Amino acid sequence: MGTLIVLVVLALFLIAIFNGGYNRTFLERVKNSTVWDWLTTVDHKKIGILYFLSGFVFFIIGGIEALLIRLQLIVPHNDLFVGDTFNELITMHGTTMIFLAAMPMIFGLMNVVIPLQIGARDVAFPFLNALGFWLFTAGGLLLNLSWIFGGAPDAGWTSYTQLALNEYSPGPGIDYYVLGLQISGIGTLIGALNFMVTIVNMRTPGMTFLRMPMFTWTTFVTSGLILFAFPALTVGLLLLMFDRLFGANFFDHAMGGSAVLWQHLFWIFGHPEVYIVILPAFGIMSEVISTFSKKRLFGYESMVIATTVIGFLGFMVWVHHMFTVGLGPVANSVFAVATMSIAVPTGVKVFNWLFTMWGGELRFTTAMLFAVGFIPTFVMGGMTGVMLALPPADFQFQDSYFVVAHFHYVLIGGTVMALFAGSYYWWPKMFGKLLDEKLGKIHFWFFFIGFHLTFFPQHFLGLFGMPRRVFTYQSGVNLETLNLISTIGVFGMVIGTLAFMFNVVKTFKKGVQASSDPWNGRTLEWACASPPAPYNFAQLPKVRGYDAFWLEKEAGNKEMQPAEPLAPIHMPSNSHIPILMAIGFFVAGFGFIARGDFSMAILGLVMVFITMFMRSFDRDPGYYIPVEEIERTEKGVKS
Amino acid sequence: MSRQHFWRVLPIVALVVLALSGCSGHESLNTLDPKGSAGETQFDLMKLSFLIMLGVFATVITIFVYVLIRFRKRKGVERKVDNVHGNIWYEITWTVIPIILLTIMAIPTVKSTFDLAEEPEGEDVLKVKVTGHQYWWEFEYPELGIRTAQELYIPVGKKVFLEIHGRDVLHSFWVPALGGKMDVIPGRVNTMTLDADKPGMYQGKCAELCGAGHALMDFRVYAKEQSEFDAWVAQMKKPASVATTSDQKKGEELFLQNCLACHAGTHPKIKAPDLTKFGTRETVAGILPHTEENLKKWLKDPQSVKPGANMPKIDYLQPDELEALVDYLESRK
Repeated sequence: MGTLIVLVVLALFLIAIFNGGYNRTFLERVKNSTVWDWLTTVDHKKIGILYFLSGFVFFIIGGIEALLIRLQLIVPHNDLFVGDTFNELITMHGTTMIFLAAMPMIFGLMNVVIPLQIGARDVAFPFLNALGFWLFTAGGLLLNLSWIFGGAPDAGWTSYTQLALNEYSPGPGIDYYVLGLQISGIGTLIGALNFMVTIVNMRTPGMTFLRMPMFTWTTFVTSGLILFAFPALTVGLLLLMFDRLFGANFFDHAMGGSAVLWQHLFWIFGHPEVYIVILPAFGIMSEVISTFSKKRLFGYESMVIATTVIGFLGFMVWVHHMFTVGLGPVANSVFAVATMSIAVPTGVKVFNWLFTMWGGELRFTTAMLFAVGFIPTFVMGGMTGVMLALPPADFQFQDSYFVVAHFHYVLIGGTVMALFAGSYYWWPKMFGKLLDEKLGKIHFWFFFIGFHLTFFPQHFLGLFGMPRRVFTYQSGVNLETLNLISTIGVFGMVIGTLAFMFNVVKTFKKGVQASSDPWNGRTLEWACASPPAPYNFAQLPKVRGYDAFWLEKEAGNKEMQPAEPLAPIHMPSNSHIPILMAIGFFVAGFGFIARGDFSMAILGLVMVFITMFMRSFDRDPGYYIPVEEIERTEKGVKS
Repeated sequence: MSRQHFWRVLPIVALVVLALSGCSGHESLNTLDPKGSAGETQFDLMKLSFLIMLGVFATVITIFVYVLIRFRKRKGVERKVDNVHGNIWYEITWTVIPIILLTIMAIPTVKSTFDLAEEPEGEDVLKVKVTGHQYWWEFEYPELGIRTAQELYIPVGKKVFLEIHGRDVLHSFWVPALGGKMDVIPGRVNTMTLDADKPGMYQGKCAELCGAGHALMDFRVYAKEQSEFDAWVAQMKKPASVATTSDQKKGEELFLQNCLACHAGTHPKIKAPDLTKFGTRETVAGILPHTEENLKKWLKDPQSVKPGANMPKIDYLQPDELEALVDYLESRK
């Protein structure tokens, strides 16, 4: 109760300060500071940068966890991290990389690029966009606080029951997992909804669905996948929370529950999830390959169809994660054939990329190197994917290092390489500066070779009988050499990533100012300034076909034709409510983890409802940028 | 990839290939050298799918390398690039060919999926009930009235029908050299058929994360010729040997006082491995070689050997008491 009173008093003080009843000049200073501007921003470009950078920070954390895992496995019978500590490392590595690194970094690029690509001034719901980001951050922080407050989750990123239930995982570890993911999941769901509405409603005149760039298309399909897949996770996590906190028995077999129920719920979400992180990667690759081949994307329509078909099939195949559960040969066969069929649209994509390059003029910038390196790597990951889809063969592969190799080939060879390609490609658009190409190439080669050195031997480790998620292996059964090579390879990836970080710092300090169109681009984002003005386009561009900007260049025009006269532009005002609401969720989450005493949880929920109330009665209509100011800004850009 | 880069990568690739050719799996654990018919079926499918995939990969990589070399931008040369939309016939080709390839794989896949799930019929089937515990395996031969732990004996050439039960959390039963895995799920009974066509020792693993000791939840499968197997059965059915020396008698007393609550022999509510025939085991706790030294190490601090093990430390005994206990355990054959 004491804590509660202290917190309430503190909250009252904060409210007093923020309402200006306390010190008006101090308030003014805070509100004019850059930090306050970033904390309250609703500008999609700034939110995109926030997403991207915080995702990258989590990528580094997940990477350090990966490094520690490989160090433990460098020699047999090593005792650096054993038992529960090792299980905490693998759990947090998987959870961090999927939920807190890959998704936000993708969301970051989407946020920056999508409105620009479709010629929009903003996303449909700028407030929700900010809220989505802050909820993701709150969830991610909550999850990682488990390292500090003891007992990180240790039941694997899949948190299979019964292991994840109280009886076998006492202590708060899994509670951090459940509540952290729940909160950041709400953020993701909100973000996806926003992209979907933006793409449907806010395209500039002439931008029909079949003129949208590939990255926009994949974002659109991905948003649909999130919209359908995340509710399954939400439900699963809620049931698990009830089992753990309130003694329900959804998953406890002794009380009539079912362990397989969790697996179904998890994988109905979990399988689409891998397409949620790979489809945008396909989109990025399509943009990069087409730009640096100086050619239109080959077979655009079939690419669009392939994307939607992959999205659809993504929902039909979750049981291939459960071939060894014993669901019987009928279920296994049906899901096997469904899974294999995904290879067809994916193959279409690969061949379309190859034929985009065919007859083009290939420029090997760093972005293009990552895109080119992606093709053989991803094809290998896809091949092992088809092999995994055959249930009898999967009986051997399942839960072995072969699977570990497979999904790292797809997720690193696909998603991470695409994220790096996208970073080098869109960096000038995000920050107005070009990343250094020389360092970029060092980054690519170390990362690429290190990656293959790490994960190629793991196929064989699995085939030679090494299960995944083990902290040790016996000596004398020929697993030593391959494990050693695998661990050495990690350092290649570490050096590559360090080169990237160094590159970023160097570019911020003394990078070259980029022109608005440094790569001779084809899509609309290259038709506005780098970085774009807050309103993106002074006049919405008129789109006359696929690769709209390229068409204008071909026709001899230097810029897009406007679709509207110059007029004052309406902009949304910044808001501090999203971050407050996220803090409310954070406090509530922490309160539930504390168990026993729910006063803090209630306080957090109260804060959430108060901020919702404030938002509901918020009458701020935004503001207009007058024509003169737009003209001034645009002139500044040109000179 | 410029020529310069190619020469930079080549030695590393060569190194990896060399390193890989230097090692192959161990015969007790290798899925690529199956020693039983289930593993054989699975290996056949692995080979088929791998060959087809290799063909696809070769096609892609050939086009890929050609494109990269042929169409790279050369300094000072400006090439006219044709903005082709696509080509419907090409696109149909690379849609139809994969469908044909997948059909070739799908037919044997479905067939062997059903084959492997089938319960073997006839007299000549050995039934074994497998139970996975945190972190040890229990094997019961209901028709022979034998119960063992950590070591599964099977006769060569005979189908073994496994009934897989779970008590606590999920595990997964895997003997790589004999055949693929089946999950252990509490509240559910899974089945699986294995056989070995060569005598030998095959390492078994738990493949599903089951807690702190997951990495060490190993067991062994001994495939024996029928006559040897029969001899083993006879040995197992013999009542446990009686303690003879005074040391062993003292050990028995200590065992009854300290261990029996969990190691309750053949009692159905068994919590820990049945130690009636402990002297015949080749391992301590499924992983350590069976020596007196290792047994003492295990008794004194089980968690240092297998993190998360449920067995409490037996470190309060006097040295001579420990000696007696070990003596008694070793005499149980």
